[in-house]
Amino acid sequence: MEPFRPVRGGGVRVRLSATEASLLRGLVGEVMFLIAAEPGQSPDGAPVASRDPGHADDLAALEGLLGEPAPEAPEDPVLARLLPDAYRDDPEAAGEFRKYTESALRSAKWQAARQMLDTLPDSGGRVQLSSEQAHAWLKALNDVRLALGVRLGVTEEFEEQWGRLKPDDPQWAAFEVYAWLGVVQESLVHALR
Amino acid sequence: MSVAPAEVDLPRSEENPVSDKPWVTIVWNDPVNLMSYVTYVFQKVFGYPKKKATRLMLDVHHKGKAVVAAGAREAMEHNVEILHGYGLWATVCQDG
Repeated sequence: MEPFRPVRGGGVRVRLSATEASLLRGLVGEVMFLIAAEPGQSPDGAPVASRDPGHADDLAALEGLLGEPAPEAPEDPVLARLLPDAYRDDPEAAGEFRKYTESALRSAKWQAARQMLDTLPDSGGRVQLSSEQAHAWLKALNDVRLALGVRLGVTEEFEEQWGRLKPDDPQWAAFEVYAWLGVVQESLVHALR
Repeated sequence: MSVAPAEVDLPRSEENPVSDKPWVTIVWNDPVNLMSYVTYVFQKVFGYPKKKATRLMLDVHHKGKAVVAAGAREAMEHNVEILHGYGLWATVCQDG
């Protein structure tokens, strides 16, 4: 990779090898696959219809009849990180917020990833992006780093974690990719400033 | 048969005062987001000058979290939506 550089008149450019382009496309595609999945069903697993309408004075039953419970955070830790709770100590408020915003957030992340794939040639080479496209890349790259970071269990001591692995460890290459993605994103942030 | 009570003791508003504590947007530290990226997002989303954005980013990094905005609940929820779009770990809460 030749790092991102600002382009006169706005936008950025970068040069990627075919291997780098193919790696990025694969990772972005995986995030899109995760993001596109349908949100989970009723979190308590209790079908609403089974609640007895004869106890309408029971407030909980009444609430159950009035609507589905608000959704909970996804079980997959990667999705839970990409679509986090908006309230830390208030599951009810977090569920309500999620009910009204999660699909838009999924859609926005999916669109950014789509835009990155649409502007990233399979064969790599010189890529020039408008400011808007560069922004989509920034978000999509960050989602890829979040997903990989969570899967690898990356902590603040990333360098030490990586250093403890032997090069023949199956995770070693993934740590290398993660480190490289950081370099790519850092270069994009600096080019956008 | 029953009759409507002559008087109903509804909870008085003084007993359930609407708190005037402000709502805040909090950003939490995480091991993935780059320092440069977090600073950039604060500048972009809130229009903060680089110095203020950098100070807030360092607060997140060193103290584990930082209040990045305060105001009406709806505005704070809107901030969180945008910050989640950027992949920052943000939450809303009432200060105090």
